[in-house]
Amino acid sequence: MSTAAPDSYYGRPILKAPVWTWEVPAYFFTGGLAGASAGLAFAAERAGHEVLARRTWPVALGALSASPALLVSDLGRPERFLYMLRLVKPTSPMSVGSWVLTVGGLATAAATLIDRTGRLPRFGPVAGGAAALFGLPLTTYTAVLVANTAVPAWHEARRILPFAFAASAAASAGGAAAIVTPAGDAAPARRLGVAAGVAELAATEAMVRGLGSLGAPYREGPAARLAWASRASTAGGAALLGLAGRRRAAAAAGGALLLAGSLALRFSVMAAGRQSAADPAAVVEPQRARTGAP
Amino acid sequence: MSAPELPLTRWYGEEAHARVGFFTDTSICIGCKACEVACKTWNDVPEDGLDFTGESYDNTGELGASTWRHVAFVERPPADVEGPEGMRWLMSSDVCKHCTSAACLEVCPTGALFRTEFGTVVVQPDVCNGCGYCVSACPFGVIDRRQEDGRAFKCTLCYDRLKGGLEPACAAACPTDSIQFGALDDLRERAQARVETLHAEGVTEARLYGEDPGDGIAGAGAFFLLLDAPEVYGLPPDPVSTTRHLGEEWAAAGAAALTLAAGLAAAVLAGRRGR
Repeated sequence: MSTAAPDSYYGRPILKAPVWTWEVPAYFFTGGLAGASAGLAFAAERAGHEVLARRTWPVALGALSASPALLVSDLGRPERFLYMLRLVKPTSPMSVGSWVLTVGGLATAAATLIDRTGRLPRFGPVAGGAAALFGLPLTTYTAVLVANTAVPAWHEARRILPFAFAASAAASAGGAAAIVTPAGDAAPARRLGVAAGVAELAATEAMVRGLGSLGAPYREGPAARLAWASRASTAGGAALLGLAGRRRAAAAAGGALLLAGSLALRFSVMAAGRQSAADPAAVVEPQRARTGAP
Repeated sequence: MSAPELPLTRWYGEEAHARVGFFTDTSICIGCKACEVACKTWNDVPEDGLDFTGESYDNTGELGASTWRHVAFVERPPADVEGPEGMRWLMSSDVCKHCTSAACLEVCPTGALFRTEFGTVVVQPDVCNGCGYCVSACPFGVIDRRQEDGRAFKCTLCYDRLKGGLEPACAAACPTDSIQFGALDDLRERAQARVETLHAEGVTEARLYGEDPGDGIAGAGAFFLLLDAPEVYGLPPDPVSTTRHLGEEWAAAGAAALTLAAGLAAAVLAGRRGR
């Protein structure tokens, strides 16, 4: 019969390379930052951390404002961006995400305006609650978006990737809030940044281990370099914020490192998908093993 | 109505047709590329590179936004002959599989990709906004975004010709009937008979690919008879539609979001005891 070893057609990839450009991982970062910041601002408001809440709402709104611009510019036909809202389609994480972003964005804008202007205070908790409610899935649906593809390094990480993205989003939100909030009012932001930074490191490590040989992109090439940068920044940021975060300069540096680590993680995941899709063996070998082919 | 795995009658009522597809019998493909030419010509698909690949007689390379039929050429020693004296041609005209469980269609956020009344999967160019999701969802690497245009394109199984009662251009042009067009039920029967004949003639390596409604894509609308392992032709050996695991993915995303909510609550409440 045929050859026993896994084969390929002139070494060509089986899958097409992802067409997504830098805007998409950048959006994963801004969407995560926005969603977790909205959640943090709302939680802070409810718990009576008014200064923290007041400083964090604009972070959420700023990150949310950047998000649609990034997404639109990545489209092959940017002028058709509104077609994203033609349907509500549960089998398409991109469709679900477009609605989460739209509703969450409007709620965050409302919550921020109410908080900053003091107008219509009755609607503050409703808008803030909605912003937080839609902000939470905004941090994790992007993991489903990439996991729900044929790309092995993404798809086979489907159970852990949302946790890595949620942790990364929380770390970035904690970092950003620690930068913009006076140290005396920023204790919850520092706690969030440190704990989420550690969780981000742990979830990412668990993802790479769980992928086994499919995690090769995280060990070699561009994805590996970005993953290394992400780990170093996140670990440094969490340490700085945890140990010296009461000092303004250390809080700013630690927060910035957490943001950088979170951003690098999304670029690392995107690069890993690109490397994984380019490797025919990553597609063929697990499938052959599944079918029991020799 | 044929093909119980797609309820075309429920979706289309009177307009529903029997589900149609391709049976590509690679054992009688002669590598003439008439299918490639017919497809390009009928569908007005733009030129996508006149390259010399050095990969046998294949200068097309792979399916893509502007290549909807692709003839693969594999030069291999026969299994029972050692050394360079023997050579066996494998030729196969690849095409979009028009999956029953089509990941491209399921992930498409705009509804540009849809299921026709013939059971085929087609992109509507006037709706596609070029988000690129289908490209990474396809387990076969078929659909792609056309760089200069920005939208995604692939085989339509000649939707316009089907509407006019004609068979697709590639099947019409195929001189050996390697590409057979017809109702999927008939094609499956024909393919089963063909593979049994080949086995009886001693061609034990003949196998069907994509014909089984029980597989990871719930059966292809365009399936194949191959003479070697699928990966030799650049086909995935056991493709599974990614949306099969979507429930699992949303569950993980929900659990992660709830964990985040708990973490946020803990962060803002933790300091209170100390006060």
